[in-house]
Order: sequence, then C-alpha cells, then structure tokens
Amino acid sequence: MSQIHQIAGRGIPVKGNDIDTDRIIPARFLRCVTFDGLGEQAFADDRQQLGGAHPFDLEQYQGAQVLAVNANFGCGSSREHAPQAIARWGIEAIVGESFAEIFFGNCVAIGVPCVTASSKDVAKLQAAIEADPTATVSVDLDTLQATCGELTIAVTMPEGARQSFRDGLWDSCGQLVDRAESVKDTASALPYLSWA
Amino acid sequence: MSKGTLFDKVWDVHTVGTLPSGQTQLFIGLHLIHEVTSPQAFAMLRERGLKVPYPDRTVATVDHIVPTENQARPFADTLAEQMLQALEQSCKDNDIRFNNVGSGKQGIVHVIAPEQGLTQPGMTIACGDSHTSTHGAFGAISFGIGTSQVRDVLASQTLALGKLKVRRVEVNGDLRPGVYPKDVILYIIRKLGVKGGVGFAYEFAGTTFEAMSMEGRMTACNMSIEGGARCGYVNPDKVTYDYLKGRESAPQDEAWDKAVAWWDSLRSDADAEYDDVVVFDAAEIAPTVTWGITPGQGIGVDETVPTPEKFEESDRPLAREAYNYMQLEPGKAIAGTKVDVCFIGSCTNGRLSDLREAAKFAQGRQVAAGVKAFVVPGSEAVKEQAEAEGLDKVFEAAGFEWRNAGCSMCLAMNPDKLVGDQISASSSNRNFKGRQGSSSGRTLLMSPAMVVAAAVNGAVTDVRELL
Repeated sequence: MSQIHQIAGRGIPVKGNDIDTDRIIPARFLRCVTFDGLGEQAFADDRQQLGGAHPFDLEQYQGAQVLAVNANFGCGSSREHAPQAIARWGIEAIVGESFAEIFFGNCVAIGVPCVTASSKDVAKLQAAIEADPTATVSVDLDTLQATCGELTIAVTMPEGARQSFRDGLWDSCGQLVDRAESVKDTASALPYLSWA
Repeated sequence: MSKGTLFDKVWDVHTVGTLPSGQTQLFIGLHLIHEVTSPQAFAMLRERGLKVPYPDRTVATVDHIVPTENQARPFADTLAEQMLQALEQSCKDNDIRFNNVGSGKQGIVHVIAPEQGLTQPGMTIACGDSHTSTHGAFGAISFGIGTSQVRDVLASQTLALGKLKVRRVEVNGDLRPGVYPKDVILYIIRKLGVKGGVGFAYEFAGTTFEAMSMEGRMTACNMSIEGGARCGYVNPDKVTYDYLKGRESAPQDEAWDKAVAWWDSLRSDADAEYDDVVVFDAAEIAPTVTWGITPGQGIGVDETVPTPEKFEESDRPLAREAYNYMQLEPGKAIAGTKVDVCFIGSCTNGRLSDLREAAKFAQGRQVAAGVKAFVVPGSEAVKEQAEAEGLDKVFEAAGFEWRNAGCSMCLAMNPDKLVGDQISASSSNRNFKGRQGSSSGRTLLMSPAMVVAAAVNGAVTDVRELL
C-alpha cells in the first residue's frame, strides 16, 4: 500500500451543499456484485437533467483528478459505490467545506483523501478552477495546503486519517488482522459473547 | 470531551488498542450484512486469502432488492437474483447465519435484528447500511459502514475508527395527539440541521424518550444519520428489557439477570459530561412533513413552505433547488398538496406498531381515487403478526395493497418505484432527489398515520383532522 503525501492534477468543481450519495450514484446502479463500471454512472441523474452541462460532462474537466465541493458532501446512504464511482471516474482527492462521516471513512478506506477548507476558500478554489481548468491543483497532506495557480489555501484533515495516508496505512485491513491476539483478549472480556 | 456516558463506557470495553495512526481498533460485537454492500467485501476477502474468524458474530439477510409482489425464484430481475445468489454462496462458504426469503425470519436488516433479540444493550453493531443507527435504541453503539469496512469486520471483527463526540438531545413532555416519534426526529433534524450531527453521537434523552416504546425509539435513532449523526442511542431501561426478554437470541435464565445488571451499569452516569446538550419541548412538535429534498427541510403540517428569506444565506441555493425540484411554491400551505403514491414501510416505520397505528386511521376509510397506496411490512415476522391481527384486511378494505417484506420504495432497488414526477407521501427516511426510483420523483416524508391521512384525502392532510 502506498504512502500518499500529495495529489496533483487538474481540478473540477461540483457546487452545492448536501449532495447526497443517491445523487452521486443512484440506487439502481447498486444492483451489481462488483464496483466495475461505476465511474461512468457517477452523478447519472444530475448529469441527465443538466443535459451535458454537469461538470462531469464538460469537456474542460475531463481527466481531472481533484474534486472541489461544498458542505456535507456525501451525506445519506453508506454506499461505498459513491466514492468508488467518483474514484473510478478519475478523482484522486477531494477538497470540500465538510464531508458526511461515512463517506469520509469510505474515502479513507479506498485511498482518496478528503480535506476541508473554509467556505470562502473553497469558493475561491472553485472559481480558480473554473477560470483556468488547465491549471494544476495540488493537495498536500504534509503542509496541509491546496493550491491552484496563484491561489494557496489552508486545508485540514483529522489527524488519524492524515497519518494513515502519510504512513501508507490507509487500507487498515492488514493491521487489524495482524492484531488477532489482542482482539481475542478484548472479546473474552465482553460478557455478551457467551450469552447467545 | 465526553465522560461517563454510555457511549464512553461501551467504546472503552470494545477498544482493542490504538493503531499507529492514532485511531482506535474497536471490536464489533454484532455485524449485520445484506446483499447490496457485502458481495464486493467477500470478493476482497477471497482476493486476499482471508478467513472470517468470528462467523457467529455476523448475521445476514436480504432486503433491498427483494420484490414485494412475486417472490418466486429465480427473481424476474436477473441482477437481483445474482446478488441474492452471491450472498447465499458467501454465507455458505463462511458459515454465516442467513435469514433468507421464506424462512419466516427475513426482513429489513434493522427490523429483524431487534425482533430476534440479536440487538442488545452495550454492543457495538456495524452494518453496511447508514440506518444501522436504528439499533442504538437499545443502548448499543451502532453505525453504518462502507464495503471496505465490511471487509475489515469480516476479516478481523474490528474497525479502525476515531471516537465521536457526544451530544445529549433532550426532549421533555408528552407528545400531543397525532404526533409520533417520526415527528420528533423530523423536528430535531429540522432544528439541528442535516449536518448538525457530523462528528457526534446523539444521546436521545428526556421524559419524551423515556415514555417512548422501543419501536418509537428505533424510529428516532434510525434517522440520526439524516441529522448527520452516524450513531444515535437511548439509555437502556425497563422498556428495553421488557421488549428483549424472551426473544430468541436474548440471554436466557441466569444469563438474563447478569445481562440486566451489566446493561444497567452502562447507562450514562447522572454526572456524565457531554460535548454538547440541547433541550426541546415536546409540546412544540406538530405532525411534520418535509417539503424539500433533504430531511432537514421539514415543517409542521399546518405551516407554509418557507420563503427564501427564512433561511441563512448559505442555505438559500438549496431551498431554491428544492422549490424547483418539488414544484412547490414558497409561502403556500403544504396541506392540500396533491399526492400520487402513498407508501407505508421501511426500516424507519415498517414495524408492527407503525402498521397498527396506520390501520386505526385506515379502518372504515377509503384511499382516494387515482392514488396508489401500499403497505410493506418490515419483516416476514411483522407480516405474519399483522395478518394474525387482521391488519392486512383493514388495509385491503381501505384500498391499500398488502405486500411482502423488504425495503421496497424507500430506495426503489426492487420493482416498487415512482414514475416520472409522481409525488409520494412516504413513511420512509429520505426525500433526496431521485430517491424513490424516478429521477424526477418527489417524496414527502411523514409518519405512517399522516401517510394514511394523505391517502384518504389524496392530498397532504393534518392527521389530527381524522382523530
């Protein structure tokens, strides 16, 4: 598993508060047993309604790697299909005002850092990306800064998640499995495991 | 930082240790799985050559994709059939208990675990489903996870997590007639916002919650996540123990007394410290209905759709998006809004007490012409008991369709869907754009009693007019 210190690539803004995971990936696309092919369906209904004007369809944002969003992004359903769809479309990092908790955790688990910035700074970042979609947007987990051309903004991330990315331990499965003996100790101290 | 709350105590006894990142490795006492969010997790286990070390701590069912009319196998929807077969095979390969269709124990995962006594106070409970917060009604720490985390629980029975803060949400007083737990939680979300709970567990307390039935508490905890709180809970008490006693997986005989003593010890201390406390008055709560595209956009049924200036500047774009999508005019009364479809069911309001209450209002009344109305019991057991009480006949006589158990039109992964821009009165939990199966479909959330009132009048109606 790789360490993640910095993501750099072109940006794409998706504006609006409270964009829920049903909008990111409508439930009909959850009728599947793999995550393959979900990238094409990201924001399917929003894109259809905007008839080609959704940022995920606009020519200038194709190939973008850094998504800039507003508040409470990813609220609602726990479906990992949502970050999977975004990641499979090509996104490697997300900058937003705030993220819903489960969505954030799902992003950590699949190696997509989500960093937060003030409402004003996110608006500036979105405007900078719109003004020059070819500009490189960088998200730096070491310095906790995001940049786009001349613009530099401060970003934050909960320390545990940040450390996981920097140490290359964001896929927690191996570490959890390795501690099986300690897990056994904890389990044996729980009264209810022997009741059922 | 909170201290002495149930959340702190349960967190501490389940803590395995601290990971290098600083996150906690937390033991998960009960893991619930269903067909939508688990197939990829089992595939990841196979890829990594990992086994399931605690198979008896995971319980499976199938709920999201289950057709509620014709359940003959193979399902008409081949993708749904494929998902069910994948789960059947994974459970078989890993020795996991599976409550399949026709077993008498199938149903919405958040309905069957409590009714079988699997959900108990003091447990940590995880499921690849955001409405796992439901189980907090028993005084468990219970929350939704994604598929990679389902993999982690299957492989290690633990998760890597950061601890949440705890907000005590106190509601005091008697609920007025026609006001239900659904209205209480919609009111709380309206007041605290859909992102107000991010980073928090909600401890629901106060005399209103103390007087509430277990099923009512489940309805409230179920929608914690709609307020941004990944987990919500109520301290266990006599109501909890009376509900649990005698259920199949509940502790029996001597174990029962030990269990009650342990559960009592986990209740938040009288001098517990909280990160935040908010207090509401039950008398302020009216039958509530949502008008917009988030569960926070709710109003009393006697109110008007709020105008833009009622919102903070930052919330106005979303309000405008909602007027447009819902085709509702600001300043206009919500009562009288015509509805096309009426849905009673879901993990929020598909339990026996919900159906009993709805049936009281359906008794002797008729669904309005042109309205499609249907009732989907939360589980096979709920269906069986409702039929034993004759509730199915009451609904059918009133013009409601009576279906088999499943998630159904809450999220429309099965054949039950809105068509075009149909508008539904729904006892479910989410009014997001496109949620009920049509990309322009519209949802008004309300209590089951209010859904019946809407069905008989063909329009949003104050249920108190039917009392």
